[in-house]
Amino acid sequence: MKKYFSFFRIRFISGLSYRAAAWSGVVTQFFWGTMLILSFQAFYRTDPASFTMDFSALCSYIWIQQAFLSLFTLWRLDNSIFTAIRNGDIAYELARPIGLYETWLSKDIASCTSSAFLRCIPVIILSSLLPAPYGLKLPTTVLAGGLFLISISLSILVVSSFRMLIYISTFHTLNPSGIRVIAVSFCDFLSGQIIPLPFFPDQVRSIVELTPFAAMQSSPFLIYNGTYTTEKALLMIGLQIFWVFMLLFLGKLWLSRSLHKVIVQGG
Amino acid sequence: MIELQNISKTYKVARRNAGGLQALKSLFHRNYTYIKALDQISFSIQDGEMVGYIGPNGAGKSSTIKIMSGILTPDSGTCKIDNLVPWKQRKTHVHNIGVVFGQRSQLWWDVPIIDSFELLRDIYEINPIRYRKNLEELTEMLFLTDILKTPARLLSLGQRMRCEIAASLLHDPKILFLDEPTIGLDAVSKLAVRDFIRHRNQVYHTTVILTTHDMQDIEALTERILLIGHGQILLDGPIETLKEHGSSVRKLHIDCHNLDFKPFPGLVMVDRHSASADFTLDTAISSVSDAINHLNRCAQIDDLSVTAATAEELVVSLYQEFAI
Amino acid sequence: MKLYFKYFAMQLRCQMQYKTSFVLTVIGQFISSFTAFLGVYFMFQKFYKVDDFTFPEVLLCFAVVLLSFSLAECFIRGFDTFSAIISNGEFDRILLRPRGLIFQVIASKIELTRIGRMLQAVLIFCYAIPNSGVFWSFDKIIVVLLMIIGGFITYTALFMIYASFCFFTTEGLEFMNVLTDGTREFGRYPLSIYGDGILRFFTYAVPIALFQYYPLLYLLGRTNNLLYAYCPLFCFLFLIPSLIFWRIGLRHYKSTGS
Repeated sequence: MKKYFSFFRIRFISGLSYRAAAWSGVVTQFFWGTMLILSFQAFYRTDPASFTMDFSALCSYIWIQQAFLSLFTLWRLDNSIFTAIRNGDIAYELARPIGLYETWLSKDIASCTSSAFLRCIPVIILSSLLPAPYGLKLPTTVLAGGLFLISISLSILVVSSFRMLIYISTFHTLNPSGIRVIAVSFCDFLSGQIIPLPFFPDQVRSIVELTPFAAMQSSPFLIYNGTYTTEKALLMIGLQIFWVFMLLFLGKLWLSRSLHKVIVQGG
Repeated sequence: MIELQNISKTYKVARRNAGGLQALKSLFHRNYTYIKALDQISFSIQDGEMVGYIGPNGAGKSSTIKIMSGILTPDSGTCKIDNLVPWKQRKTHVHNIGVVFGQRSQLWWDVPIIDSFELLRDIYEINPIRYRKNLEELTEMLFLTDILKTPARLLSLGQRMRCEIAASLLHDPKILFLDEPTIGLDAVSKLAVRDFIRHRNQVYHTTVILTTHDMQDIEALTERILLIGHGQILLDGPIETLKEHGSSVRKLHIDCHNLDFKPFPGLVMVDRHSASADFTLDTAISSVSDAINHLNRCAQIDDLSVTAATAEELVVSLYQEFAI
Repeated sequence: MKLYFKYFAMQLRCQMQYKTSFVLTVIGQFISSFTAFLGVYFMFQKFYKVDDFTFPEVLLCFAVVLLSFSLAECFIRGFDTFSAIISNGEFDRILLRPRGLIFQVIASKIELTRIGRMLQAVLIFCYAIPNSGVFWSFDKIIVVLLMIIGGFITYTALFMIYASFCFFTTEGLEFMNVLTDGTREFGRYPLSIYGDGILRFFTYAVPIALFQYYPLLYLLGRTNNLLYAYCPLFCFLFLIPSLIFWRIGLRHYKSTGS
């Protein structure tokens, strides 16, 4: 835990020193969100009956998504980890009395939470000032708000432990970046990055909801905007818990296998 | 002929403060400091001269090189190179110069060296006959025959530097700027590079301007040095002036035991091991015999040698003298 | 032009040094733009129409934007990755060579992996052209070509403006993504669906609609106004401000060298 906080502090301060980057990031996300909402509004205008959620709920979904964008972008990977694997520096990390998996995980979580923390506040403030139905609304009930907080914490763990698999795959592929682009763009799509899951065709959606991708950004956002009922929300949180354990387990297992191989080969 | 007159250049640098609160503040407000990189620099270099341009990091060396090669525009002052103003008549000017940056490459990383050379031939529009002649000669002088077909990324640092130098001479420039050309090279490559540069200067009368931290480069190559510090030219003259300047400095080496060094005017201990120590002595302050007598009182001396300081040590004492 | 092909051949040889990486990146490019297509497809599964545009009609728009963007990304890559060219000192090297600066920046980076995206755009054209209900006369084919050229020019100018900002600072240029990546993403739909304000912005300030929306109306037979058909040509005017920006940036760079 202490490890996480010191990573967080360093990343947060270095993030702050890039002032122009911070401002332009906010402007970009605000504009991006606006364009997304306008495009959905055109579909809503054309055929309100087919619109699978409330229009104002969709606006909330998009603003929350923009606010927490850096938590869920799978391609925002820590290059220092890749470099350490490729040039063999992990040998040093192995010599330290701390778990490699835990170190990487906390580093990864620290880097995405610190940059999200910096950026979410202005987006949240600006978007809640917008007139209805375009603005960001509070969750309909306190319960939904509470479930959202639980769900988003879990989804941070799901995303980070999924990223760990991407890092570990570097041990086994000669060209990580090519495969990464392919994997990441599919995962992004399935997690509702491009269009929210309720706009997927029904059969596709019901399958995707079971995968770890739905356990990333989709579940907390749909809980927040009231698309999921309390029962459905609890079910999705259950699935998230399942995937956290599953991905942590797979990641640790795969890492120890990979390290074993590295040690046997002599680096 | 290179002529610089009263060249000045100031940079504006944003200051960043440490700490979270300060960083937060800098989101809204930022302080700037102004750094005078060059302050009224003037000098002239004749055709065919070899000049060593020395000074500590950040003294303004690379700013001067950039101005002379047309990359940077000065705030004030004039610079004429063969009657061209580098930053105004860029295209004509760069035909006359070759530039080697020791830490950067101009070769295409993934293709054989010869392909890079051929592209340079087309970029500089070098006459094919002249190109072939130059290539042959450079290949022979820099021992490139075996490596021309190898991609740059597979070459050792020394091999690559030889290729870099060849690449910047394909178009027969009259002036050659070398920015730390021997950095990181092994002894053999350094000698090869130095030999070649000297040869080039003697045979083609190429003007060479060399920046380096390696005093052996300076001693081996240049007749004249320019010392820059705090953006000003502090010393301009033949390499002998540098030596005269430091002629009073001697180096003392003793093998000894039970050393208990006490201060003595003009005598500075620069290094100490269990059974030996090194000192510099300014003979303008104390004579050699007085210093030896003093050391004799401080330790049991087994052996002793007195030598003149090397160029390297002279430069260090020079930097100290000018407090740069 | 001869020199450009020499540069081109050089790039080709460099990229062919890493064949697997090249192939994987091409596939990656293909797939990453495929998910964007999938997004549009899913939306039309539910809605069938957006405003007055059908799926194949929207795809025409999608393909024009994607193709012109990826052409610019392939051939004008030097400006797109200009912050790297500045920070690794390559631009100093360019200044030391007796050729035009813009030419050298463009010629020194040709990103052939964008073939992945172009292929995608071509496939979408193959579907959309017969299914869009357009009667393909000779002049309409010319209009499609004009749309692609106009788009290529507009993105070239945008990349150049981005590069000009790089002379001043390399941080905080993310907002330029709104105009480059952003218009590629949002240009999948005719810009009119975003409302009058956005349409006006992308007509007069950044001429995306000039190659994407107005000529589309002509193609679909919603207007016979020839001005709409030829308005991609106005995109060339956008090169003027971008060249001015470039000049200003260059002067700044030469006076700070940073």
